[in-house]
Amino acid sequence: MSTSLEPVSDDVETSADIYQNQYLTFLLGEEEYGVDILRVQEIRGWDSVTTIPNAPAFIKGVINLRGTIVSILDLRERFGIESVDYNELTVVVVLRVKGEERERIMGVVVDAVSEVYHIAENDLKDPPDLGYAINMDYMKGMATVDNKMISILDIDQLMSLKDIDDATESGEKVGV
Amino acid sequence: MSIDMSQFHEAFFEESFEGLGIMESELLTLDVGAGDVEIINTIFRAAHSIKGGAGTFGFMNVSEFTHVMETLLDEMRDGSRDVTQFAVDSLLESVDVLRTMLESARDDAEMDEDMVAARYAVLNGILKGSLEGASSNEAEESVVQAVEGDNSNGKVGWQITFIPHTDLLMAGNDPVRMFRALSEFGELTSVVDCSSLQPFTELVPEDLYLSWVLTLTGTAAKADIEEVFEWVEDDCDLTITPLPKLEPSQNTPTVVAEPALETIQSAAVSPVKKVLEESPVSSNAAAQKAAVKPKKTTESASIRVGIDKVDEIINLVGELVITQSMLDQAGEDLEVNAEAASMGGDSQSQKRNADILLRLSKGLAQLERNTRELQDGVMRIRMLPISFVFSRMPRLVHDLSAKLDKKIELLVSGEETELDKTVMENIGDPLVHLVRNALDHGIETPDVRLAAGKPEVGTLNLNAYHQGGNVIIEIKDDGAGINKQKVRAKAIEKGVISETDNLTDSEINHLIFAPGFSTAEVVSDVSGRGVGMDVVKTSINKLGGRVVVESEEGKGSVFTIRLPLTLAILDGQLVTVGKESYVIPLIAIIESLQVDRSQINAVAGKAEVYKLRDEYIPIIRARAVFGLEENNADLHDSLMVVVEVDGAPVGIIVDDLQGQQQVVIKSLETNYRKVETMSGATILGDGTVALIWDVNGMVNVHKKKLNNGVIKA
Repeated sequence: MSTSLEPVSDDVETSADIYQNQYLTFLLGEEEYGVDILRVQEIRGWDSVTTIPNAPAFIKGVINLRGTIVSILDLRERFGIESVDYNELTVVVVLRVKGEERERIMGVVVDAVSEVYHIAENDLKDPPDLGYAINMDYMKGMATVDNKMISILDIDQLMSLKDIDDATESGEKVGV
Repeated sequence: MSIDMSQFHEAFFEESFEGLGIMESELLTLDVGAGDVEIINTIFRAAHSIKGGAGTFGFMNVSEFTHVMETLLDEMRDGSRDVTQFAVDSLLESVDVLRTMLESARDDAEMDEDMVAARYAVLNGILKGSLEGASSNEAEESVVQAVEGDNSNGKVGWQITFIPHTDLLMAGNDPVRMFRALSEFGELTSVVDCSSLQPFTELVPEDLYLSWVLTLTGTAAKADIEEVFEWVEDDCDLTITPLPKLEPSQNTPTVVAEPALETIQSAAVSPVKKVLEESPVSSNAAAQKAAVKPKKTTESASIRVGIDKVDEIINLVGELVITQSMLDQAGEDLEVNAEAASMGGDSQSQKRNADILLRLSKGLAQLERNTRELQDGVMRIRMLPISFVFSRMPRLVHDLSAKLDKKIELLVSGEETELDKTVMENIGDPLVHLVRNALDHGIETPDVRLAAGKPEVGTLNLNAYHQGGNVIIEIKDDGAGINKQKVRAKAIEKGVISETDNLTDSEINHLIFAPGFSTAEVVSDVSGRGVGMDVVKTSINKLGGRVVVESEEGKGSVFTIRLPLTLAILDGQLVTVGKESYVIPLIAIIESLQVDRSQINAVAGKAEVYKLRDEYIPIIRARAVFGLEENNADLHDSLMVVVEVDGAPVGIIVDDLQGQQQVVIKSLETNYRKVETMSGATILGDGTVALIWDVNGMVNVHKKKLNNGVIKA
């Protein structure tokens, strides 16, 4: 029985390999960011959300994703980049985020999706940790593709519940 | 290829726990003295299935332990052992041990071996203890029988001392022939004793001077040997004794019985006593730990559904399919008709159109009914009779009344009332606590009861019934009731209320639910650590339910728990605050009204209160709680929803009231975090998400913001 299974598992490995180092990139203003494509569940247009009272500003609210309640996070506000009005290009990238206990599904609002790139492991460079607007913990690395700089995000860190909790509590204190 | 047995473990554990439940409840109904064979049979069968399952899945400790219990039960069944109170109690305790064993096997946790060993000792003690009661004669015989039994199984044997009288040969008997017959049963060795042999000159040839010690190894029974010597019985001295076994556990019957019995009895009593007496708290704590730990696993556990419920759903789905095809047909007809009409419409096609539309609307009505029935049917899958929880109570009352030296009769009614599985799982502990509380604090000791002119035996009523989409559980005792003076004094002492607070009787009664409150003078391990009642209240609130207490001093108390039928669906009132719609659970709402300016009063320039009939209730503005801009400072004509929070009414100002509807509850925490003011979310008819209020959370956030000065009145 084990022999018959082997070729199948081989296939799975190679197919996983193909996607292993692929990244979906999206735009925030002029900047291009990438996320591991295996974590992307779907991409959808911006639709109105139900706001959550007393939530941090970067949590836009929740939507009904085929019967599941999914929270939506605005990446510009998360990074503290000035926000823009949502338009017809604005999309929500629905991601599977690994938490401490379980996997969560969260959507991020970005200006537009860009490309899918294959970036080899060793092309991923450590980000310089000086004068960078984003917290280093959220970065997995940086890469250059077609003379463009792409920042690869660590979404598990970026969307960790702890950060949301902290933001909610500090918001409660100031009274947002 | 081996089968992965672990996939069946869950089913095994579930069945075993069910079996334990059966054993427990049946043991409690077992009459001491005259055991009903049918009941013992039921217990035996449950034990037997657990043993079998445990053996199959390799939980050898469980199956060995169950085997000992089974042996005891078996003897009770065939009447060779009396059903004594001690035996029944031991079996009950063994059920507990077994449950712990199964739990630790399931959770891969460490097992308290001492406890198991102590239990073994008791059970074995009872088994061997049969010698004690029976007469010594019988005792000896039973041991001999036991030994015989052993011998017939193993390769053991007999030692035969054969001392023939000298005239044996005169009767025509020949020892050689007898020895030959014996040797057919097994290996025979003989030692001849020639000591009494006469000198040759005095020897009488017809006399027999020899004697033998024969050793027979083999499977022969004593009776077989006796048969060989049957004819010479009166002409010889014959003793037949079993050979000592290879394992030197038993020597001769008379030597075994007494000393062994003694040790067994002392072993039986001491370790258990020690466990019970020395560490009631720690064993209790261990039990609690065991109760808490498996929670995680039970949440995702499977559910057993009656085949009738499944059949019903299949029927409903069948109807749904019929409705669907009917609608499909109507749609098609409509299309054909529209085409025909476009070719050249006439009055006939218009009439046809009207017919089809009528069919269509009928079909839609049918679809609505089907959907609702299907929803009910699916919900019913999750419903279990409350007897699952109630069945724990007889045991609890049995144990506690013995411990507290009280006489208590438990009356249970409405066990067949159905309740959602999740609610059921979470209501067990609060109920147990309330029952403990009623037994410990409520019902008095027999002498106090008699002095108060009440019957000696206290009654505890447990009742459950449905009322308007809710399940009501009542715990009623005819005990002392709540001592209001004592409760008030205690509450002041604990700082729950202040000296000047003027409380109604009902408010005083509800003080017992305040955190850190306990009126028991002595903290016992039954209840009275002051952590119980507020936990009871919190867990019930968490289920979306409410608990109230009514009490009359000297007459008794009634605790009434009101629970939603299910956690999956909720009856809600839709309200608007700002741009969003919210759902307020109907169970929390007392009434909705339009605010009259003249009834509003400001207290200390900070909080607002509203005079509702003869009561002053605090006002909370939902907009303020949600951090939204206030739209009108003047509340006149605003809509206020009066909700119950912690037993007291609170008015919440909302922008608008919409309709009432049933909503399906979805978790916010699955993909987000806990939101303090919300208990969950739901999806409305138009596909948008509406959040469901947690009114307690609303009040908490309001208080927080008020204290931080974020909200000014």
